[in-house]
Amino acid sequence: METVADVRAALELHQYLADEGLATAIFLALRLKRPLLLEGEAGVGKTEVAKVLARWTGGELVRLQCYEGIDAAQAVYEWDYSRQLLHLRAVEAAGEAVVEDELYSERFLVKRPLLRAIAYEGEALDAVAPPVLLVDEVDRADDEFEAFLLEILSDYSVTVPELGTFRASDPPIVVVTSNRTRDVHDALKRRCLYHWIAHPDFERELAILRLRAPEVPDTLARQVAGAVAELRELELYKPPGVAETIDWANALAALGQEQLDEQAVDVTLGTILKYREDQERTRAHGVRELVAAAAGRGG
Amino acid sequence: MAEPARAAVGFARLLRGAGLDVPVGATVTFADALAAVGVVRRDGVYWAGRATLVRRPEDTDLYDRAFRAWWERTVEVDLRQPVTRTITLGLDTGDDRAAADPDDDGDAPPVDDVVSVRYSAAEVLRQRDFATYTPAEFAEARRLMSDLRLAGALRRSRRHRPTRHRGSRPDLRRTVRRALRTGGEPISRASLAPATRPRRLVLLCDVSGSMEPYARALVRFLHAAVVGRTRVEAFALGTRLTRITRELSSRDPDAAVAAAAHRVVDWSGGTRLGEGLRAFNDEWGVRGMARGAVVVILSDGWDRGDPELLAEQMARLQRVAHRVVWVNPLKASPDFAPLARGMAAALPYVDEFVEGHSLESLEHLAEVVAR
Repeated sequence: METVADVRAALELHQYLADEGLATAIFLALRLKRPLLLEGEAGVGKTEVAKVLARWTGGELVRLQCYEGIDAAQAVYEWDYSRQLLHLRAVEAAGEAVVEDELYSERFLVKRPLLRAIAYEGEALDAVAPPVLLVDEVDRADDEFEAFLLEILSDYSVTVPELGTFRASDPPIVVVTSNRTRDVHDALKRRCLYHWIAHPDFERELAILRLRAPEVPDTLARQVAGAVAELRELELYKPPGVAETIDWANALAALGQEQLDEQAVDVTLGTILKYREDQERTRAHGVRELVAAAAGRGG
Repeated sequence: MAEPARAAVGFARLLRGAGLDVPVGATVTFADALAAVGVVRRDGVYWAGRATLVRRPEDTDLYDRAFRAWWERTVEVDLRQPVTRTITLGLDTGDDRAAADPDDDGDAPPVDDVVSVRYSAAEVLRQRDFATYTPAEFAEARRLMSDLRLAGALRRSRRHRPTRHRGSRPDLRRTVRRALRTGGEPISRASLAPATRPRRLVLLCDVSGSMEPYARALVRFLHAAVVGRTRVEAFALGTRLTRITRELSSRDPDAAVAAAAHRVVDWSGGTRLGEGLRAFNDEWGVRGMARGAVVVILSDGWDRGDPELLAEQMARLQRVAHRVVWVNPLKASPDFAPLARGMAAALPYVDEFVEGHSLESLEHLAEVVAR
């Protein structure tokens, strides 16, 4: 991997079409070994970036889904208390003395995603690539958790008081995503490279459809991409993302459609618009107009 | 200095001059990035900078303009964003009429009567309508306001805390620790109970012309709220929506309010509540900020926009929020009826409808929010 173009080609090979900006950000994240913070509307493919990186590099994908109230026990490590208790009983039954160190050894340690991504080396010496750590929807976690995450991402090490410090010999590739329900703290942003993923334009969306839904007839794919571009201009609550575009194209193809028509749009609207208000707005705007505009854009 | 480093430092300096916050660390990363992508291709340099120097989509515009100027070496262009209007809130100086009406040339001299009974000033002030405050009283009220503390209603958290009561979840961690003391026999068992934590509080303050007499008091109130606790978000609603949480988070109240006023370009303009709320719902609220939160709207409900849109957006907001509280300073007047079109449209979706014209009523609001 020498240039940005190499990254684009490699991603495409693994079914992900990145534009120049995203490819540069990924290239730099890999080259400078910095975490990559991705923001953007839901459904533009933020999480997919981590998945495709894992497929490409061959590293294991370690995913940490954030939520309100997430803490160290769920994100880093926890002791397996039930096993510890069992062990205590077993030792006692055998008439031996209990040694505390025994209880706090690695066999009773439950590694959660952050520790798994860092203490990787010991687990699989034959794996060549470092794991890909996906910290998904970091904006859902609390501020305190962010500070904690920052600490780990700064020196890629985790200290377990009873056991010692785990340090990544080869730092994981880190992808952090946020839906921007609140601002991610500046300190964390400073640590990361940043990229805002926007909705793709018509040409790129069509290319994505061809890549990800190859069994969809070409005319239909063009018209779906056109209709989606049109829908995104309708001031909807939730403009359709790429994931929805692919679902919709697949749904239409499954119904045997060769191209878009009014009835097919009407019955499949639920696969692309997930709010009743959005469906109503689209129907008020006119499904016929939508189909006509899609045909116009899609050729 | 190597070529990329020199270029990086120059560009970072230019961006800082244009008003973008560029920490030194980011400049170093940018230099590394330039070394990695090369400085020959415009696109490469552009995206290297975007990934390392820009951290918010709002800054993209500024970055684009600065980049163009830098790349094409036409640095003379004034990069500062045009500031439509600077409003100084004359809170402490006694110049409060000027703040109340920026177009006024000042021919109406400020009425400067001092409250004579010193010891009861606070008590009198607590019930006085903000609109009738003199600058001196306002200064006094500010002090009282900083004592106000807002705390959202408690909700059950996912976390668990140790408890002395039996019967809740077993705390295995502490049980194992204690068992070690008794030779591995878990004699004393520890328990956990769910913890509680305050809900997020979202404040939306109408800063339109009709709210002018109250807006400066209420923005103070917002400041006290934002500084007082961490889980507060504040927005200004006028002809558009402006997030002012960051501006208000400065400890110094004057600096914070001035920063907020600077940020809100449509201060004392018209109101389009429906569109403002829609922007809030789209950009922030429905995505997560308003979910399970206590949302407080401070507005008189005079709205020049479409009442149907307002009703629709209020319905959306109410569906995700824990509670919606509407604070209307006009409600205190005895002959008040919610006749303003916006108010009438919004009321069906409001859980609590309270006054907000005086310190006392704001204290009451603090209680309502914590309920």
